[in-house]
Amino acid sequence: MTPDAEVVVSTGEAVVFWVLGPVALAGALGMVFSRSAVHSALWLVNTMLALGVFYVVQSAPFLGAVQIIVYTGAIMILFLFVLMLVGRDSSDSVVETLRGQRVAAAVLGVGFAGLVGAGIARATQDLPVAATSAAQAERNIPAIAELLFTRYLLAFEVTSALLITAAVGAMVLAHVEREPGSRQSQKELSRARFLTSDRPQTPSGPGVYARANSVAAPALLPDGRADGSTVATGVEPQEVEQMPRPTGREQLGNPDAALGTLDGTPSGTPGGRAGGEHR
Amino acid sequence: MTLSYYLVLAAILFTIGAVGVLVRRNAIVVFMCVELMLNSVNLTLVTFARATGTVDGQIMAFFVMVVAAAEVVVGLAIIMSIYRTRRSASVDDANLLKY
Repeated sequence: MTPDAEVVVSTGEAVVFWVLGPVALAGALGMVFSRSAVHSALWLVNTMLALGVFYVVQSAPFLGAVQIIVYTGAIMILFLFVLMLVGRDSSDSVVETLRGQRVAAAVLGVGFAGLVGAGIARATQDLPVAATSAAQAERNIPAIAELLFTRYLLAFEVTSALLITAAVGAMVLAHVEREPGSRQSQKELSRARFLTSDRPQTPSGPGVYARANSVAAPALLPDGRADGSTVATGVEPQEVEQMPRPTGREQLGNPDAALGTLDGTPSGTPGGRAGGEHR
Repeated sequence: MTLSYYLVLAAILFTIGAVGVLVRRNAIVVFMCVELMLNSVNLTLVTFARATGTVDGQIMAFFVMVVAAAEVVVGLAIIMSIYRTRRSASVDDANLLKY
């Protein structure tokens, strides 16, 4: 640090600071004070984007890009994923568990911010801005790469071990092990169904063979009776007019017409009408 | 405006994060507050790197980001497994180790 170095930053940077500094502060405060966790995450994204711009302004374009890609792009999305898994409604309770804890925390925070802020401001008020030429600013990424792969090579390699450990740890923690044999096979399921109930087939849905498919219309059994057990619970069963039941060959009509495949003229029988409607 | 403004802003952000850790009860929000504290420290590192005219501080901030990413992955997995057993993400409900 040379004593005659420039202390004051440029006006453009000051403008950026005074615009984005309050934005970052508002994001941080909004994160702490918003009741919904999703809102907290979005406020934090706000702060992180502002910090990313600060990095770019302070001649660290690589870190600015990494901040926006890794923090706001990856980490906050991970937070939102977990929020959605845990449940969006798991907001904080308003009840204080420890009495007076919030007031104490606020007092502590104001005191800490005052002490540290004032101390830093006094200690670094003539912190020089090292003159970075345009060529140096352009060489930001090569300079980082040079240092990263020479002086900080060991730390860089250890980082890979850390990352693989974190990935394995997350998989182990998030994995749910089913006990072997706890999952019933198709055979066991069908055996249970046939042995325990007197009605092995699947229950018919409401409205089957009736003229309505409403949940209030009971299904009709093959002999024409209404099956009350198919009506949804909590609904008053309706008396539904049922389709005329074909009794003989004449009423069934032409089987081809009933299928609706061969001749296009709809016959007057119920089966034929269904085929015609289908077309 | 001097560089110390950045440092004061970082100190204030750090304090807000710390107060959030103390005040909030939702484990995920507490985690976000920790992230805010890490971010403010990164701002300090970048500012000092600029003051000294080197990129060592930027590399430290880079490593902080890497460690924070790993920490978030493991921490969120822990929160998930706690939620699975206790059906709650509140830090007050994870009290099995309490005397």
